[in-house]
Amino acid sequence: MAQVPMEHGLYVAGLLFCLGLVGVLVRRDLLFVLMSIEIMLNAAGMAFVVAGAGWQQPDGQIMFIFILTMAAAEVAVGLALIVQFHHHFKTLDADAARRMRG
Amino acid sequence: MNAVFYISSLVAVIATALVVTRVNVVHALLYLIVSLLAVALIFFVLGAPFVAALEVLIYAGAIMVLFVFVIMMLNLGARGERRQKALLNPSIWIGPGILAIVLLGELVYVLIGQELPPTSGSEVSPKQVSLALFGPYALGVELASVLLLAGLVGAYHLGRRVAPPRAPSKEDP
Repeated sequence: MAQVPMEHGLYVAGLLFCLGLVGVLVRRDLLFVLMSIEIMLNAAGMAFVVAGAGWQQPDGQIMFIFILTMAAAEVAVGLALIVQFHHHFKTLDADAARRMRG
Repeated sequence: MNAVFYISSLVAVIATALVVTRVNVVHALLYLIVSLLAVALIFFVLGAPFVAALEVLIYAGAIMVLFVFVIMMLNLGARGERRQKALLNPSIWIGPGILAIVLLGELVYVLIGQELPPTSGSEVSPKQVSLALFGPYALGVELASVLLLAGLVGAYHLGRRVAPPRAPSKEDP
């Protein structure tokens, strides 16, 4: 098993999180936005697992399992919303929904 | 084993960078699967085999299959791809890129002075995880099950085809 400094694992998690953040901010296609959110959630869970490996406690892995559950529920609802969005606007561009019906 | 950690970290970062820059959504999805598998390998070498298995099964398996189903259902053509290409010129990337680099710099700065223990490499076994999960964290498990139920109901409700509005009949007041 690897004996790396905990900082290195946290650096990788932070880098993955920032890449996901760039994806959310830059892309306008809703599928890409949802994928970037998955990347960010995965990076946050990775930070928990790395910390759990550092202190030899199972709590980090348990938090990852909760994050995984949340990500599964979130992606199911998000994809259903995307299907409805495509049904309405015939596109996946988030800018198509910039006008409110007020 | 340390080399495995660094190589799979590199693979994960490169694959994730490719995910956010691809034009075709299926290519991005395949790179995302590579990234998730690399993260699963990182978990394994850090001594978390249970979570590594969950990462492969649920993230790279179930969630990605959902994405593939939706991409197949929507049947996106080359039309959206051309529009995406227009969105990928570098001027759009500058602002979010600077923000993300500042955030990353802050994260690294916070971590630099810390006295963190090195990962010892001995594994936290699935037995320990499940004992804690169904012991002190039992309430969290119940809440997660409620969340999954809410997600199921929400996805079912949102995923329905919306029926065309009925013409108001004369019997209705």
